[in-house]
Amino acid sequence: MRRRFIAPSSLVWLVLAAAYFLIPLVATLLFSLRDSQTGTCCSLGAYGTIFDDPQFAKTLWLSFKLAVETVVISLVLFVPTVYWVHLKLPRLRPVIASLALLPFVVPPIVLVVGMLDVYGGWSPGWFYSTPQFLVAAYVVLAFPYVFFALDAGFRAIDVHTLTEASQSLGASWRTTLGRVIIPNVRTAALSGALLTLAIVMGEFTIASLAAFHTFPTYIQYVNQTQAYPAAALTLISFGITWFAMLGILVAGRRPGGRQMAMRGGG
Amino acid sequence: MAATVELRELRRTFGDVPALQGIDVSLAGGEFLSLLGPSGCGKTTALRLVAGFDRPDSGRVLVDGKDITSVRPSRRDMGMVFQAYSLFPNMTAAQNVEFGLRIRKHARAARAKRVRELLESVGLEQAGKRYPHQLSGGMQQRVALARALAIEPRVLLLDEPLSALDAKVRVQLREEIRRIQTQLGITTIYVTHDQEEALSVSDRVAVMHGGRIEQVGTPVEMYSAPATPFVAEFIGTMNRLEATVATDGGVDFGGRRIAVDAARSRTAGERVLVLVRPEVLDLEPFENGVEPTGGLVGEVVSQTFLGSVTRVKIDVGDGELTADVGTVRVESLPVGARVIATFPSSSARVLALADSVEHVS
Repeated sequence: MRRRFIAPSSLVWLVLAAAYFLIPLVATLLFSLRDSQTGTCCSLGAYGTIFDDPQFAKTLWLSFKLAVETVVISLVLFVPTVYWVHLKLPRLRPVIASLALLPFVVPPIVLVVGMLDVYGGWSPGWFYSTPQFLVAAYVVLAFPYVFFALDAGFRAIDVHTLTEASQSLGASWRTTLGRVIIPNVRTAALSGALLTLAIVMGEFTIASLAAFHTFPTYIQYVNQTQAYPAAALTLISFGITWFAMLGILVAGRRPGGRQMAMRGGG
Repeated sequence: MAATVELRELRRTFGDVPALQGIDVSLAGGEFLSLLGPSGCGKTTALRLVAGFDRPDSGRVLVDGKDITSVRPSRRDMGMVFQAYSLFPNMTAAQNVEFGLRIRKHARAARAKRVRELLESVGLEQAGKRYPHQLSGGMQQRVALARALAIEPRVLLLDEPLSALDAKVRVQLREEIRRIQTQLGITTIYVTHDQEEALSVSDRVAVMHGGRIEQVGTPVEMYSAPATPFVAEFIGTMNRLEATVATDGGVDFGGRRIAVDAARSRTAGERVLVLVRPEVLDLEPFENGVEPTGGLVGEVVSQTFLGSVTRVKIDVGDGELTADVGTVRVESLPVGARVIATFPSSSARVLALADSVEHVS
């Protein structure tokens, strides 16, 4: 077996890139391990402070719940829409792609004020007066991430042929979508879900402007009041993100090991 | 009992472009019909109308006499094999074949048995657990054929299923398709642009051009008695001589008189197109300075070795003729040699030039 050779120059770049990401993490870790009284290493007191704070679990759970609701609503809305656009209305794709960029250019304050105005007059109290309201804003915020992830997934498969093959075998639209199309854009949907999860778990501006206490606003609060627990909280939220990514990667693995293959010849 | 299929006056326009301009063709139960034609002739559009993936602007599709024009594709009971690899990438070969049976809620044991039988019939009994990306192109199309046949369709539709495969696999697979089709006696419509493919597997061939069917007939009829110059040119190679019918029943080609039996029924002075296949054209070295009656003298301009025959092109002044000469004889006809080309008077076809100009253009 041939030994793999890594060029020294590549190694240098690799070390530099790793250092760029690792040094802040290690520094934060070391900082978070300092004793709150003496300021010396090493104590898990900061982590204890966070885990003992009921606001930590409460806000984390709330943000996670909002993230899951956002993911579910986004996928339910966008998977059939993007499928239909690819299948029947390809001319609409650039229009939707342009619309998907709007959340990037509309400032969060405009979005919040606009949505408060829109939903204020008629929506029920359980929605308007509770953090559930944020889901409406987060679906808009997640639109570009979910759309472009799904769009890439649908581009990677032959939507027309797979649909027609399924229908010629007697499958209805629902069966075709559920058994043929969705399994083949699963990785794309999971990528969109992961991005949405990450965005919602870290969204501060809208939650703060709408005066709801979510995980990011809790981080901000801790950051302003307690130095070492803030560092610990940063690492914990980083760990949660990594855990979520790992979960997506594991869930995204499928038998056969490849998204789609087109092979010619004999 | 195998289903009959009728396509009646099918028309379809995309924007301003007419894709089908009134297609009429019928298939008897168990018949294998090929729709043959160049790209853009409307053959795939016609097949998609039969499959139900598209609706005609007018006209009807009938199966066993019943109008199915507005029936959804999922309700038509037609198996289809596509040009592009169409296996579901998330399923194994066996699961792909089983898909239609699951939709029809067949019992698990019956499904397993049928999948096994079908994979065996396409020679892939060992590949059931493999995913599409683990199969070659030829194997994928075999599985696609098995999948289409699993639901015991009334009609089998094949849309250029071999076009992405290499030559050897193509020949092998087309023979397999024909064998299985004959064995099952299933009515089949096969779309292809490859005339050799169409002629070798079909009961009948319909040659399409510009959204119309030019001619329908058995492969032998299509080759030996093409009804239009387009068919003549599209199927095999054909020499075309623009000539005038002479008073003695022959034709006048560039001042040279040639005997053509088929010209006898034509009016003297009529402009016609004389069609001669390369294999009936005989070439002999020409040394005498005087051009004889009944033959065309020319100069060999090229030779193309094709195995047992060599394709020889000669310049006869008013155009080029192509002749297939036995390779063993070709040494006496080197490039630059003067030769005389003759053909039996009964072997040429004659068509009115007015029709042919319209068709060929």
